[in-house]
Amino acid sequence: MNMLLTFRVAIRALGRNKLRSSLTMLGIIIGVGAVIANLAIGQGASAQIQAQIANLGNNMLYVMSGSMNTGGMRGGAGTSQTLIPEDADAIERECPAVRAVSPGVRANGQLVFGNQNWIASSQIQGTNEKFPDIRLWPVANGDFFTEGDVRTAARVCVVGKTVADNLFSGSDPVGLTMRIRNLPFRVIGILSTKGQNQYGQDQDDTVIVPYTTVQKKMLSQTHINQIMVSAISPSATFTAEKQITELLRQRHKLGPNQENDFFVRNLTDVAEAADQSSKIFINLLASIASVSLLVGGIGIMNIMLVSVTERTREIGIRMAIGARSAAIRRQFLIESVTLSVVGGVFGILMGVGASITISKTLGWPTLISPISIVASVIFSMLVGVAFGYYPARKAAGLDPIDALRYE
Amino acid sequence: MGAQLVTETSYVTDPLVGPALITLDHVHKTYHMGDVEIHALRGASLHIDRGEFIAIMGASGSGKSTTMNILGCLDKPTRGSYVLDGQDVSKLSRDELADIRNRKIGFVFQGFNLLSRTSALENVELPMLYLGVKTSERLERAKEALEIVGLGERLNNMPNQLSGGQQQRVAIARSLVNHPSIILADEPTGNLDSRTAVEVMDVFQRLNQERGITIALVTHEPDIAQYARRIVVFKDGRIKNDYMIKEPRSAREELESLPAIEDDDEDDE
Repeated sequence: MNMLLTFRVAIRALGRNKLRSSLTMLGIIIGVGAVIANLAIGQGASAQIQAQIANLGNNMLYVMSGSMNTGGMRGGAGTSQTLIPEDADAIERECPAVRAVSPGVRANGQLVFGNQNWIASSQIQGTNEKFPDIRLWPVANGDFFTEGDVRTAARVCVVGKTVADNLFSGSDPVGLTMRIRNLPFRVIGILSTKGQNQYGQDQDDTVIVPYTTVQKKMLSQTHINQIMVSAISPSATFTAEKQITELLRQRHKLGPNQENDFFVRNLTDVAEAADQSSKIFINLLASIASVSLLVGGIGIMNIMLVSVTERTREIGIRMAIGARSAAIRRQFLIESVTLSVVGGVFGILMGVGASITISKTLGWPTLISPISIVASVIFSMLVGVAFGYYPARKAAGLDPIDALRYE
Repeated sequence: MGAQLVTETSYVTDPLVGPALITLDHVHKTYHMGDVEIHALRGASLHIDRGEFIAIMGASGSGKSTTMNILGCLDKPTRGSYVLDGQDVSKLSRDELADIRNRKIGFVFQGFNLLSRTSALENVELPMLYLGVKTSERLERAKEALEIVGLGERLNNMPNQLSGGQQQRVAIARSLVNHPSIILADEPTGNLDSRTAVEVMDVFQRLNQERGITIALVTHEPDIAQYARRIVVFKDGRIKNDYMIKEPRSAREELESLPAIEDDDEDDE
């Protein structure tokens, strides 16, 4: 008896008991649905965190100058004046885990163009030409400033999207001249849109100028507030952190008992940890969900065993008229696989429906991966085979005489 | 076998050709129930020729059911040999026996044993499914077999929509659809009222007389056995009596002499 026929025989047998078949499938439906929905939520959350990590920059670390503590007056990180541009050069030169470095200086002040003025919430940032690479933040229009601009402390600037929209009211600012703290600057580019950072601050509300320009022409200072560092890989950020700490302690001539006069903040590390914990949480949820798949499988086995007992006479008839054991075994196996696979397909529909509902009503990001769908189908098929095998073997092993006599 | 061409003549076998269809030679069958040995058959020997209509009789425990199981290749003799259609089947494997049952033996049971919620046509198709007959031929042969037993108009009825006599006729159609060497009928009238029993016996007699199909009938009712042409009586695991009936009862004549009644086949369930 060929496969197609056996399949039709199995479908017909299941169709004779529709209520029981659908209740049996319900176990698999709920199991597969729960796994799919959980994975969708988990992958959505993970994708969101990954996007945030990418938003942070290219394997980024911040080095900030330490807190000020002079004569009882104390300030937070960045208030002391211990970091200088040469520290940044040294980090780039001497730390193998570091790929690129930019000094950072911040200033406040009013931006003016024509009759419009604006105070950027994300301040005026002084950096070097590596900023777009380190922050993974390219210009959308125009150019970023060059190493030459940094060396000559040129009065050029690149504006964020929010500044461009508010100050220039829609017209293309590239090539125009605006005033920053009353100094004329030529706008040479607009940054692409970056959106909010994880604290909700609008990162596009900013203007970037060479750090040398801020130092010499705005603030008249030689120190810098921070150093942006890009490590060679996400996993290298931790090594980079150690190498930078060691180098700066040496450069700042700190003795073994002295505290650091700087901070190294490893953003990637924190985000990776968040990502890891969300993944662990989701795997936990998914494994709880897969327990219900297991329970569904046991339900199938239970029903198939009942079915074999109930249909003992049918098995006897089939054997008497010439069904080989293998044909009987195949029939019952196909019945259980059909139950589990049809259940799996409905489960996928339910899981997808649940994920869409969740993301609409709760606003959680969900991501349904094709792999999880393929895996559920394969898994439910395996459940059908695994839990259908014993009842099928039991059916195939019946003695035709006893089976025919069974009441 | 699967591609066998079906014609009217394929149901007809010539009783005069070839050796005995069935030869049981000193067959023993011993069952073990715990420590107790039960000797169901103690050296039974039996020849059945092609085209015979034989009734197997005997009291409960005489060995007639065991003989039936062995003849039907549902069971194997403990000792002795069983040659069916020139082939020794007493040493075959489970799967080989299944194939023999499929091709050479048709079963008719006391309890009809049709698949429930399955149409008459599909029930009759079942043996051909396991033989691998292709769909169009299967359908044609199943219809033909149902027409032979007089159920050409009832193809799509479920068993619970048929009377007992009709169900038994579906079972007979199923038993002959693979053109078996022999039809084994185990108390085929046991669940039927007397008139319906005569009708079923009429079907068997016609199959035997008109188409030369070999039939072995197990019964404990002497008047049912009288429709056969030969009676074999079992006692204590041996054959006690084996004789021909000079003038078998004719189910056809009896039916004609019975007062005409409403067709009892009409959906009485």
